[in-house]
Amino acid sequence: MKSAVIVFPGSNCDRDAQTALRDVTGGEVVMQWHGDADMPDVDAIVVPGGFSYGDYLRCGAIAGNSPVMREVVKRAEMGVPVLGICNGFQVLTEVGLLPGVLMRNADLKFVCRDVFLRVETTTSPFTTQYTPGQVIKVPVAHHDGNYVTDADTLKLLQDQDRVAFRYVDATGARTPGANPNGAMDDIAGVLNEKRNVLGMMPHPERLIDQVLGGTDGRAMFESVLAAVA
Amino acid sequence: MKAKIHITLKNGVLDPQGKAVQTALAGLGFTGVNDVRQGKFIELELTEADRAKAEAQVDDMCKKLLANTVIENYAIEIVEG
Repeated sequence: MKSAVIVFPGSNCDRDAQTALRDVTGGEVVMQWHGDADMPDVDAIVVPGGFSYGDYLRCGAIAGNSPVMREVVKRAEMGVPVLGICNGFQVLTEVGLLPGVLMRNADLKFVCRDVFLRVETTTSPFTTQYTPGQVIKVPVAHHDGNYVTDADTLKLLQDQDRVAFRYVDATGARTPGANPNGAMDDIAGVLNEKRNVLGMMPHPERLIDQVLGGTDGRAMFESVLAAVA
Repeated sequence: MKAKIHITLKNGVLDPQGKAVQTALAGLGFTGVNDVRQGKFIELELTEADRAKAEAQVDDMCKKLLANTVIENYAIEIVEG
């Protein structure tokens, strides 16, 4: 399996994403510079976390208009799995691949800690290697992760089983303290209608090795590998 | 020609920053503030000399980049000179 990680000025989780992909898939990982729309054929694309363009204007707004993102949109429409993590999630909403928007955290603070997520669907190329309802521990690190969408879209996401992850406590229960940013319906990750694009605020690429505190992120990359094999 | 653009959050979209500003104002004794909404103000210097064309261009810019129309409204004012 060959994959690509998009690199913007200000990306800072691109190397982690590269390591996660390389470790889990064993295949080549192309580091694709944002100004270069000439991307090789790849089986999966990761839009990584960070602060692309210093979050100028709005998080992800300038990155969303970079030459490579026009190509990423085309590939996504062709069915290539695209995973947007943190700032990558923000970029994917800005380009319209995913609905909604990530607003400033409800308490206005940058939040950097481990959170628990409940796997809400295993019907996607990113989640088959989890079990339905599984509770996993993954870190978040963001200032703008407060997922907001209109009521009609929220209903659509729920009805079409497109909420991939929700913030929960360690027991898997949805409690007010479990949601780190005020996101609507405790949403931590959403899928597009074709289910080949996932955006999420937490960082699965940071938990692929026991030495870093856990391996709950590995199954996501194993899922992608299984999906494209 | 200049364009002045006000970008504001749509009604119903929560504005935690505005709320924090309101609380800070109340802390300073300004208790008569019912609500605060925080937005952006952007000024553009344009080469276009035709007012209608300039307005159309700026409208397109707002839709494609300057505003996120999922949560934001924008108002454009074209100023001669």
